[in-house]
Amino acid sequence: MVKYTYKKIDRITFSLLSPKMIKKMAAAKVVTPELYDREGYPVDGGLMDIRLGVIDPGLRCKTCSGKLKECLGHFGYIEFARPVVHIHYVKTIMTFLQSTCNDCGRLMISAEDVLKYKSKMDKALERNDTTTFRRISKLVRLSSRNIKKCPHCKTKQFTVKLEKPTTFMEDNKRLNPIEVRARLDKVPDDDVYLLGLKAEHARPEWSILTVLPIPPVTMRPSITLESGERAEDDLTHKLGDIVRINQRLFENINAGAPEIIVEDLWDLLQYHVTTYFDNSVPQIPPARHRSGQPLRTLSERIKSKEGRFRHNLAGKRVNFAARTVISPDPQIGLNEVGVPKQIVMELTLPEFVTEWNIEWLKTFIKNGPKIYPGANYVIMIDGKKKKISAETQELLITELSPGQIVERHIVNGDIALFNRQPSLHRMSIMCHKMRVLPGKSFRLNPAVCNPYNADFDGDEMNLHVPQTQEAIAEAEILMEVQTQVMSPKNGLNVIGTIEDAVTGNYLLTKDLTMSKEEAVQLLLSIGVTDTERLKKFKANVNGKEIFSAVLPKDFNFIGLCKSCKKHKVCQGKKCETDSFVHIKDGQMLSGIIDTNTIGEGNGTLLRDIHRIYDEITTVDIFGKIFRLGIAFLAKRGFTVKTADADMPEDVQNKVKVILDLALADVDKFIAEFHAGKLKPFPTKSLEDSLELMILQRLNEARNEMGTLIGKTSRPGNSTLVMSQCGAKGNLLNLAQTAALVGQQALRGKRIDRGYKERTLSLFKHNDLSPEARGFIRHSYKKGLNPIEFFFHAMTGRDSLMDTALRTPKSGYLYRRLANAMQDLKIEYDFTVRDANQSIIQFSYGDDCLDVSKSDGGTIDVKKIVSEVAGKND
Amino acid sequence: MSEEINITKHIFVPKHTKLTEEEKEKILEEYNISLSQLPKISKNDPAIKELEVKKGDLIKIERKSPTIGKSIFYRVVVGNA
Repeated sequence: MVKYTYKKIDRITFSLLSPKMIKKMAAAKVVTPELYDREGYPVDGGLMDIRLGVIDPGLRCKTCSGKLKECLGHFGYIEFARPVVHIHYVKTIMTFLQSTCNDCGRLMISAEDVLKYKSKMDKALERNDTTTFRRISKLVRLSSRNIKKCPHCKTKQFTVKLEKPTTFMEDNKRLNPIEVRARLDKVPDDDVYLLGLKAEHARPEWSILTVLPIPPVTMRPSITLESGERAEDDLTHKLGDIVRINQRLFENINAGAPEIIVEDLWDLLQYHVTTYFDNSVPQIPPARHRSGQPLRTLSERIKSKEGRFRHNLAGKRVNFAARTVISPDPQIGLNEVGVPKQIVMELTLPEFVTEWNIEWLKTFIKNGPKIYPGANYVIMIDGKKKKISAETQELLITELSPGQIVERHIVNGDIALFNRQPSLHRMSIMCHKMRVLPGKSFRLNPAVCNPYNADFDGDEMNLHVPQTQEAIAEAEILMEVQTQVMSPKNGLNVIGTIEDAVTGNYLLTKDLTMSKEEAVQLLLSIGVTDTERLKKFKANVNGKEIFSAVLPKDFNFIGLCKSCKKHKVCQGKKCETDSFVHIKDGQMLSGIIDTNTIGEGNGTLLRDIHRIYDEITTVDIFGKIFRLGIAFLAKRGFTVKTADADMPEDVQNKVKVILDLALADVDKFIAEFHAGKLKPFPTKSLEDSLELMILQRLNEARNEMGTLIGKTSRPGNSTLVMSQCGAKGNLLNLAQTAALVGQQALRGKRIDRGYKERTLSLFKHNDLSPEARGFIRHSYKKGLNPIEFFFHAMTGRDSLMDTALRTPKSGYLYRRLANAMQDLKIEYDFTVRDANQSIIQFSYGDDCLDVSKSDGGTIDVKKIVSEVAGKND
Repeated sequence: MSEEINITKHIFVPKHTKLTEEEKEKILEEYNISLSQLPKISKNDPAIKELEVKKGDLIKIERKSPTIGKSIFYRVVVGNA
C-alpha cells in the first residue's frame, strides 16, 4: 500500500540556488561527457551515473539503493572552469551593475535615501503588499542608475550596456563574467534588499554560475529504439555538450593556452549553457539535433501550449470518453444523444452489486464483453479487477455478491456529457441521455446545434461518461439540456426550432385544414398521447387546433408574428396579416407560428413555456413542436426549385425599369461630377460624395426589386415562404437570384483597385460607371458575364480571407478575456468579487438580475402581474 | 492655457463625493471587506482633485447606468497609480 504523508503548505519561497547549496544537494560530481562504457553500463562521473538515479530495470541507485520507480533520482553537479551567465538572470545582473558602484559595490543613492526607502519597503512587506514593495524597489532602481560619481566613495562611474544576449560592456570594454561576479559579490546585503531581493534567498552573484546542477536521469530518460540503439534525451545531449566543452576549457587553461583560445572556448561554454536553459533566445541560433530539429531544453519543457503547465497540468487526458462524427436525428429527444453500439460496448458504467440488482447484473455478465447489453469487468471486494471472458464468466456469475462492482455496458437512459470544441460557454458541454443507435456517428437533435455551434459538415464531438453517483447527480442537476435553454448571455433561448421545423409549423398554422384522420395520424406520429383531446376533434381540423394539441391545457400566451406591421394600436384578432398570436387555455385562437414565437434566440412562446412549466415538460414540448413541424412538412411536401426565382413578364419589365432608372441616375451623378456641378455631402470630399451617392442609389434599386419580388411572387413560393417565416434566407437572397446581384463592395467601397486608375485593362482610365466598378446587373439565375464573375470572385475571396484571419485572432482575444475573468463570482450579497474577495462590481450589472432568468435581459412586470391576476385577453 | 478647464463639470464625468469616516465604516461593514479589497482611485485623479482627499478615503461615485438609471460605486484613494 502507498503511505501518505499529510502536510499543510505554509509558504513557498522562490530563491536562487547558491553554489554551496548546489554542491550540498548533489549526489555526484560529473566530470566526463561519456555516458556508458563498452558493456553499456553507466560510467562513474558521467551524465548517466547511477548515483543520479536509475532508468534501467534491474539496476539499483547507488545513492538510495532504490530500484527503478522507487528512486526519484538525485541531482549531480559540474564545476565550471570559468563562470557563465544564467540567461534568465541577465536583467537582474544588469540592474545590479547599473545601480551599484563599480568600486565599492554600494547602491548609488544617499545614505538618508537608503534609510527612507528601506523603512517604506519593510512596511510594505509587513502588510504583505508586494505591489508597493516592487514599486519602491523600481523607484530605487531608477534613481540609482546613470550616476556619474558614487555618492559613497566618489569613484567615477561608467555606463554599463548589455550586448544581447549575454555580454556586458562598460565604457566600450567587455566585462567578463568573472569581473561581473566580483562586482556583484561586493554589494552589501542591505543594498540587495533595496533592489528587491532578499540576500538570504538570492545573492546577486549566484545568478552567475560557477557550478551547474545536473538534473537526475529520471527527468531525462533515454529511450531504447527498436534497433536496440539508445536515444538520449535532449537534455542529456545538451549537458554532454556542456561537460565536454568544460573539460576542454579546463585542459586548455591548465596547459596555459593563449588567452584567445580560452576565451573562444569560454564563449562556447556560455552558448551551451544558455541554450541548455532556453533554446529560443532571440539572437542565438537554437542548438539542433543532427537531423536539424531544435532541441527541447528546460524552458521549452515548461513554456507555452505544449509545455508542462498547459499541456500536462492544466490539460489532462481522460478515460471513458469517445469521439466521432455527428449527424442529425430530429426523431430523438432534445436531451438525448444517439451513441453507436461499438462505443457503448467500450464505455462502461461501474454498477454496485446490491441484493436488489444482483439478478439484473448477472444478465450483463452472462452476455460478456462481446454481446451488447454486457459487461467488461467485475471489481471484487478487495479491489481486484477481473476481466469477463468465456472462461471466467461462469465463476464470476456464481461468485457475484453485494459489494462487488460490475462495469457494465451503457444502456439507454444512462447519462453522458456531450461536448464540442471550442468550449466557449457553459452550453458547450451539456448532459444528455444516451440512446444506443445503429451506425457509427453520434446523433443529436438539430435543435441543440446552436448551443454547441455544431453543423454536420464533418464536425466531431466528444462524449464523457460520468463514473460515480455524485458525478451523475451533479451532471443531471446542473448540466442537462433542459437546464440550459436560457442563455446567461442575453436572457434569450439558445435552443429553439430551426429551418424545416419552423417552415412546417408556419404552414400548419397558416390557413390550413385537414381531415380528422389526417390530423390524428400526424399528432400520434410525433408522440402526442393525449387521446382525450384528439377525440374532441371535429371532422375538419384547423391547423391551429393541431398545433394546440402539443401545448399544455392551461397555457396562455400573447405574442406577435414576424409579419406584424407594428400598427400604433394592435389590431388584435382582426389583424389583416393574422400576426396576433393568441393562445388561451391551451387553444390557439389566432396568429401564425414563426421564428418570432418558436425560433432560436427569439422564441417568445418557447420562453413562456420554459418559464411556466417544469423542465421535463419544456423539452418534451420543444421536441413535439419540432417534430410536428418536420412531420407536417414531410407530409405536405416542400421543395425549393429554380422556378421560385422565375418572374412573370410584367415583373421582369418592372425590374428592368427600376434598373434603368437607377443607372440613368448614376450616369447623371457622374456627369454632374465631371461638370463640377455635384454638391458634396458635408465633411466629405467630392469624390467620396459621388461614391456614396452611387452606392446609395444602386442599393436602393436592389432593395426596391427585393420588395417588388416579395410582392409579386406566386403565393406559396417556397423560397419566399422560408424567408417570411424566418426559417432560412431573406428577400435579398431571392432578389439576387431572380433579379440582379448588385454592387460588389470591397472594404465598404466600390471595387476601385487592380490596374492603374482602373479595375480591369478593358476599361478606360478613371471609368466611374457602375459596370467598371463592380456592379453586377445580372442575376445568379441568368448568369454573370466574365467581368461580373471576376468582380464577384474578388469579394468572395476577400470575405473568405477575412474569416480565415479573424477566427484565430478573435479566439486568442477570447482566451485572454476568459482567463482574466475566470475567478469572478457573484456572491450572496450580489457583489461581484474575485478570488481574494476583492470587489469588482458592487451590484452585479447594477440591477442584480440573473440574466438567464430574465426575458431578454429585462423583467416584464406587467406580464407577470397579468399572469398572476389571471387576466389574459 | 488661458482658461482652466474643470473636467468635473463635463457631462461624461460622474459625480464623485468623499464619504465621512462614519459612512466609510458603514460601507466596510456592509460589504464585510477591508480597504485593500475595494477598487482603487489615485489621489491624483483629476475627478477628485477638488475634494481634498487623503490616502484611505472612500470616494462615492454615482454613475448613470443603462439598467437602473443611477448606480453607486466606491473607490479607495491610494497613493500613486
